[in-house]
Amino acid sequence: MDAILLQILNGLDKGGAYALIALGLTITFGTLGVVNFAHGALFMLGAFCAVSVKALLSLEQVTEDATQLTAWGTPLEVRVPYVESWFGDFGTVLLDYSVPVSILVAIPVMLLIGVVMERGLIRFFYKRPHADQILVTFGLAIVLQEIVKGAFGANPIPQPAPDVAKGMIDFGVAVGMDAGNVVYPMWRLVYFLFSVAVIAGVFAFLQFTTFGMVVRAGMADRETVGLLGIDVDRRFTIVFGIAAMVAGLAGLMYTPILSPDYHMGMDFLVLSFVVVVVGGMGSLPGAVAAGFLLGILQSFASMNEVKSILPGIDQIIIYLIAVIILLVRPRGLMGRKGVMEH
Amino acid sequence: MGILSVRNVNKRFGGLKALDDVNLEVEAGTVHAIIGPNGAGKSTLLNCFVGRLEPDSGSVTFDGMSLLGIKPHEINQAGVSRVFQTPEIFGDLTLIENVMIPAFAARDGAFTLNAWGLVTTHGEIRARALAMLTDVGLADQAERPAGQLSRGDKRRLELAICLVQNPKLLLLDEPTAGMARADTNNAIELMKRIAGRGVTMVVIEHDMHVVFSLAEKITVLAQGAVIAEDKPEKIKGNHRVQEAYLGGAQL
Amino acid sequence: MRTLTLSRNDLILLAGYTLVVLGGPIIMAPLGAGYPDLLQKFVIFGIFAVGFNILFGLTGYLSFGHAAFLGIGSYTAVWSFKLLTMNPLPAIVLATLLGGLFAAVIGYICLRRTGIYFSILTLAFAQMSYNLAYSVLTPITNGETGLQLVQSDPRILDAAAGRDYGAVLPSSDLFGIPMNGYPGFYFCGVVSIVCFYLAIRIFRSPFGLMLRAIKSNQNRLNYTGLNTQPYALAAFVVSGMYAGLAGGLLAVVDPLAGAERMQWTASGEVVLMTILGGAGTLLGPVIGAGVIKYFENIFSAFNEGILMAAFDFLPEPIQHLMVNVTSLFVGEGWHLTLGALFMVIVIFLPGGLMEGFNRLSALVAGIVRGRRDGASARGA
Repeated sequence: MDAILLQILNGLDKGGAYALIALGLTITFGTLGVVNFAHGALFMLGAFCAVSVKALLSLEQVTEDATQLTAWGTPLEVRVPYVESWFGDFGTVLLDYSVPVSILVAIPVMLLIGVVMERGLIRFFYKRPHADQILVTFGLAIVLQEIVKGAFGANPIPQPAPDVAKGMIDFGVAVGMDAGNVVYPMWRLVYFLFSVAVIAGVFAFLQFTTFGMVVRAGMADRETVGLLGIDVDRRFTIVFGIAAMVAGLAGLMYTPILSPDYHMGMDFLVLSFVVVVVGGMGSLPGAVAAGFLLGILQSFASMNEVKSILPGIDQIIIYLIAVIILLVRPRGLMGRKGVMEH
Repeated sequence: MGILSVRNVNKRFGGLKALDDVNLEVEAGTVHAIIGPNGAGKSTLLNCFVGRLEPDSGSVTFDGMSLLGIKPHEINQAGVSRVFQTPEIFGDLTLIENVMIPAFAARDGAFTLNAWGLVTTHGEIRARALAMLTDVGLADQAERPAGQLSRGDKRRLELAICLVQNPKLLLLDEPTAGMARADTNNAIELMKRIAGRGVTMVVIEHDMHVVFSLAEKITVLAQGAVIAEDKPEKIKGNHRVQEAYLGGAQL
Repeated sequence: MRTLTLSRNDLILLAGYTLVVLGGPIIMAPLGAGYPDLLQKFVIFGIFAVGFNILFGLTGYLSFGHAAFLGIGSYTAVWSFKLLTMNPLPAIVLATLLGGLFAAVIGYICLRRTGIYFSILTLAFAQMSYNLAYSVLTPITNGETGLQLVQSDPRILDAAAGRDYGAVLPSSDLFGIPMNGYPGFYFCGVVSIVCFYLAIRIFRSPFGLMLRAIKSNQNRLNYTGLNTQPYALAAFVVSGMYAGLAGGLLAVVDPLAGAERMQWTASGEVVLMTILGGAGTLLGPVIGAGVIKYFENIFSAFNEGILMAAFDFLPEPIQHLMVNVTSLFVGEGWHLTLGALFMVIVIFLPGGLMEGFNRLSALVAGIVRGRRDGASARGA
């Protein structure tokens, strides 16, 4: 029982990441009709927003303290981050909370990246075949990740969670089990809650604003919405910007769990596409449900008990499920008829 | 019993009854028109003949064989060809290739791994295709990509694609939709010629001029049900038909 | 044997291809590509792309998983060396067959869907193969290290023939001719000429016509009495065999196989080769493969020293600037160039280089005709 609970918990954070990426993918697909292979790169760019903010906050002022000497007899160099010397304790807190703080930076940055991408490239591909869309965004994804590789190097850059969220929580105690059975890293729980909040935010936005209504109408029937005299173009841009932002935030908050490197986007993209397909192309609830479902299944497949019966299953479980779903339910769990069938 | 026989066919889309207990017999060698106001279920019915839709109940048999639950290509191999409302042709291929493909299909069946001999060595297929193009008046454009044709010519090409297979039954879905009068008359002439060769034809049509120049028998559908079936001159005088069409005015 | 004759244009194409391959070492020398390692890559990846084009170029089915078959071909060939003989012929035959076999299974499943669903299914299968090759299948693939020959391999056929390689690690050889360097290139070259000839046959056959019809209008094809699935599957299997063969040849000239050959970026590369040259054309994929392998080789060899020398004529600050900018795109940054190239081609030249050539020659022909018309007008 506790083992099962633990695996479900383990799957939640990964599932949250899949769900967030898949959500953006399926929104862009549903409204804009574009298959975006560069969506994983947006996830990666978000993660590197956190890296950049951390790097900026950690810039250090170097002073020499003549009163203290090192073992070599030279004056001791004292390194103090500028934020600390300027803001004192607040600076220390700022540095500790660099990952969540970078959200403030990432929101405008990712929106901007999304808008530039849509205006500069994607919009020219609305009427091109899906194969062309796949190819051009695939190219863009390579370009983006190579730029990041050039700027930040090829090695993963660990990002610490804030001190308060670094520890483990004993989840088992909370649900009335013996202590020590279900211990769970705090930040993973934070990530899960964060992803739920963002998902809820996106759904609320689509459900309760006029803008969201138009977007949903667009997902149901793109042509008609265009005929209503609504400025679809501008809305497309904003939709794309939001999708980029959601992917970026998903990547940013994931950095304490997985140290970001330049190709993390690609790894997540392939999986997220599978998630979208399993959920049903163009279905938002489908994307979310499939994201969590696959995340949890993947963590079950990594259990030693399962691996000893089916070796290697943890490596392929997601793809295997995608294959089965596509063959049994061609439109995915919650897909609509006629979407992307030709 | 006719060559195409439709018995008690029903089809629902959600709450809408698209086909309501439809019965229909098409006699071999005749031209049979299906008419009716918009939304009467004509296209739905046609789609049940070619494997695109499956009726909820009832039977569709062609030449003694059920057409339900089998794939479009199997229905075609049984001898049923279809012309679409908007011409479906191979836009990237040349006209002659467009017509050679169905000729290959008619000779070699639904699948042959014919990867060794060149297309050009199949002289008799090419000759057949070329003769067919001549027949519909497109031979001079044989080497052009089909996508460049005018709409009327695309329709001719689609007819050629269907006819080169010597179908036993030809289904035409509004074959003159969107055509100018002169083109329509040409198309009528062409279809009369085809009918003259004894090809059984089922035509769905809006244009009464076309219907009355071609059809030997007319079935009238309204709201998914057959309201009349008779010879053209009798249909003209049928009260219920006038009712359904024009609210009582003379056809 | 009338069925064996190609049209005049195709014969010229084949003759031209043969000439370029056989004369490769001389023709490519002025470009700095006249050495066997690179020439081998040209023809091997040419085979890969030509095969991929039979699927993608003709039927329009975009597979993102063909690198899996390349990898399978390589593993098969290395196992053939280890277990049977160092002769490359059984190796490439088995690689081709196994590539085809896997393609038949994977293709049968993936082809139940079309469009993007097909692409994602192929991607899923390729990633599965890649992950498995790295983990559970380590006894077969030797995991991260990659599959290599060892001196103690059984090589039963060689042993039966009384061949003993002694204490040295054997390299593949065709009846005594070692398969590295130029002999290796010529071996691959001849295979590639055969492959190119077969591709021409497929393109011009009724089968090829049906494949093009699938791309053009699948709906019409179904209503014309043709079953698209077996046609597409046959194309998938043929392209899988080409990929398996290419993978086998990679192992012939350099007997090792690693899982990274199956990664989806490798699948992306063959897509790029095909569209860069021109999907659906005969020569395009070969040219695409050549261009990409050439620039990969040249660009990744560049380093700061070479760049400094290249921009030596500029004033020092500008020299440094230029070096900094260009070094992003070369050496380690070759992939950036690749990605940018990908985008440029899809955006501006969806028909690939072949379309570019055609447009260019049409333009030139237009100008020439214009001049002639002008001259005759003056003459009159």
